[in-house]
Amino acid sequence: MARIRRIGVLLGLGAALALVAASCGDDGGAAGSPGEGGSLTVYSGREEEFVASLFERFEADTGIHVDVRYGDSAELAATLVEEGDASPADVFFSQDAGSLGAVAEAGLFAEIDPETLNRVEERFRSPDGLWVGTSGRGRVAVYNTEVLDASQLPASILDFADPRWEGRIGLPPTNSSFQAHVAAMMLTIGEGPTRDWLEGLMANGVRFYEDNAATTRAVAAGEIEVGLVNHYYKFEVEAEDGSLPIANHYFESGDPGSFVNTAGVGILASADHDEAARTFVDFVTGEAGQSWVATETWEYPVAPGYEPSVDILAISRFVGPESQVDLSDLGPALPGALQLLAEVGMV
Amino acid sequence: MPAGLAGAALVVCALVGLPVAYLMVRAAGASEGSWDLILRSRTVWLALRTIGLAGAVTVTAGAIGVAFAWLAVRSDLPFRRVWAILYALPLVIPSYVGAFVLLAALGPKGLVQGWLEPLGVDRLPDIGGFPGAYLALTLFTYPYVYLVSVAAIRGLDPSLEETARTLGRSRWEVFRRVTLPLLRPPIAAGGLLVALYTLHDFGAVSLMRFPTFTQAIYLQYRAAFDRTPAAILSLMLVAIALVIVAVEQRARGRARYYRTGAGAARDLSAVPLGRWRWGALVLSAAVVGFALVLPVGVLGYLLARGLDAGIPLNLTVGAAGNSVLVSAAGAVAAMLLALPVAALASRYPGRGANTVERVAYVGYALPGLVVALAFVFFASRYAPVIYQSLPLVIAAYVVLFLPQVAEPLKSGLMQLSPRVEEAGRTLGRGPGTVFRRIVFPLLARPAAAGMALVFLTAMKELPATLLLRPTGFETLATRIWTSASAGLYSRAAVPALLIVLVSIVPLSALARRIGVEEIRGD
Repeated sequence: MARIRRIGVLLGLGAALALVAASCGDDGGAAGSPGEGGSLTVYSGREEEFVASLFERFEADTGIHVDVRYGDSAELAATLVEEGDASPADVFFSQDAGSLGAVAEAGLFAEIDPETLNRVEERFRSPDGLWVGTSGRGRVAVYNTEVLDASQLPASILDFADPRWEGRIGLPPTNSSFQAHVAAMMLTIGEGPTRDWLEGLMANGVRFYEDNAATTRAVAAGEIEVGLVNHYYKFEVEAEDGSLPIANHYFESGDPGSFVNTAGVGILASADHDEAARTFVDFVTGEAGQSWVATETWEYPVAPGYEPSVDILAISRFVGPESQVDLSDLGPALPGALQLLAEVGMV
Repeated sequence: MPAGLAGAALVVCALVGLPVAYLMVRAAGASEGSWDLILRSRTVWLALRTIGLAGAVTVTAGAIGVAFAWLAVRSDLPFRRVWAILYALPLVIPSYVGAFVLLAALGPKGLVQGWLEPLGVDRLPDIGGFPGAYLALTLFTYPYVYLVSVAAIRGLDPSLEETARTLGRSRWEVFRRVTLPLLRPPIAAGGLLVALYTLHDFGAVSLMRFPTFTQAIYLQYRAAFDRTPAAILSLMLVAIALVIVAVEQRARGRARYYRTGAGAARDLSAVPLGRWRWGALVLSAAVVGFALVLPVGVLGYLLARGLDAGIPLNLTVGAAGNSVLVSAAGAVAAMLLALPVAALASRYPGRGANTVERVAYVGYALPGLVVALAFVFFASRYAPVIYQSLPLVIAAYVVLFLPQVAEPLKSGLMQLSPRVEEAGRTLGRGPGTVFRRIVFPLLARPAAAGMALVFLTAMKELPATLLLRPTGFETLATRIWTSASAGLYSRAAVPALLIVLVSIVPLSALARRIGVEEIRGD
């Protein structure tokens, strides 16, 4: 009896401790007192491992304290839409244009100053000025250099539907970058040819992986010979695993495979700290942010005049058919792409 | 039934009903096209796959769990008491880590293939799809059945078995015709937990690339940004879950499982295994090997590789403390809120109790993302003061994990004769007092089992924690996600191993407490 009572007291104390901890704030260190410049709440779909240094630089430069909420871009977009006007977020920093489009369509973004917008290429920002791109992510075919030679790879992504590629290709069908690419293909070459290509891949026994990193690692291990991923995964995987026998193959300009997506930011209309939000957007599209992209990441700066630090194809060479895919059209095209993928059996 | 009990049960239902209310709000905005979704052949195909997987996993996990429980409590297996703890330990491995490890080890060009390469093995068959999902889910959920069964086997009345033996039945017949039927409540309880877990799991089926309902729901939220089809699919998942709960209610039956005569509490005697001993040892080693040794081994290998490469590894002690805090609080809260539900279901069975139970269990079948979005919807609009705070996370844990503590409590209550409570009542105590001073202390074992289950599951919980936590509040699970989503698996190995380490302590204590004690002839 006494033992039960003791356990009950202990558990009660534990629960009380939890509630005390809740009211005293958290243990992560991020939610602290505002700096001299105020504070800012960012919902970031970009991974902490990569962008934490950007926020640190921002805090050091401006004195504004940043509370960053990390999560999956799409899940954060869904959260923002559910929160609506009651959202505590000031800025949404997204991994891809699709998530930005979804939040824009829900009418939750405030307009960004034209001066800021004009800093980046037109194709990397919303035509309504609701969001602006921060770094480019190009689509490539990563291949195993021990098995394939650069000349053996096709100039067009559509060639992968040819039977001679049977059993040699892999991709992550549930990944947002792949799905955005399929949506872009539907916008440029139409649904019919895109469906034919997907069905050709399925007939070729294309192998599925959980995400881009797993696909790239499978190429490196020799499980498959070619993977359809984003350009920077070669560098990301090699940073963790060491030098690997893989290389990027770029599709020729004008091909539906030549597509570049962008990460980006938008300011919430319901933001409590509108000033600080605009300062952040200026920072990330300006000199400090773009030089960070150029030197600290493997992605493409979107403002002209900054060169990426790794040896990758110039961003100007990423040109799809009909020259540009308007990234703000991607959002509305995604459900159609998902439907098509489900119909061919990829998801 | 006492009004207080009914009232408490209704409060619990209201809390757990929030996600369903949210789904109905979202589904109400559906157009013609959205409802077509239900009738599409693909959706039916998805439903069949999901139910098929749940069925296969439940049967296998149930068989393994009950077999191990019996071996641990009643047999003369060598090193029985060590095995008793090892059998339960796979529960500390999150399913997303477990599936990842299985792929890393058994993939076509994985670790095992690397070892076998000198023998000429170029690639192993792909274990993705159904086999991988089935394996991953079975290995890491059978401990639910195991823990619930151990508590129940320990509470069995040995006189029933002894009577059957004196009537000339063989040991196997006694097991099949006396012991097994008496174990229907815990087997059904554990099976229910496993089946509903399979419905809501996303990590393992996603890594193994086996499309299920939950995976389709995630895709709708993440890719189409359309909440209406996602809500409709979620409601269909709820419907499947309700069917499963109804099946369990049937399987449990209305039989009496408690002793009616005076009897005398006696020690159990060890059942000699004889030549079955070797088979039992091989099976035990195989299961524990794949479910525990392999994951820890692969994580250790990743850690070593990371240290070798000089990657800075985050020693996430703060996150460990947070995990323990919020999981423990969730376990206590879930246990308190499960009491009225369990009491209703066991003492006042009937349509009302069945309905309460079904509503209360729906949260467990729903994917964490759906429950999280429901709480985002309600809290950000109507209760902003608790939005993105720990009490909200704890409330979400209660909704997500209630059945894990309600089931053991229910089984425990069913094994408890109502005569005890009636005796208390005749002595003049009210029902509340009787419960508090007589029944509750006797439920210490199943309550502890249930709380341990919730604690362990909450330690691993990811999607709801990610969306509902206070900004900057890290748990071990969110740290795994942070590193793994950036492809940095070596860095993810540290918090993963910490989950294993931190979880082993309460789990071992529990496994020892709930019934693996000395038995005669051991």
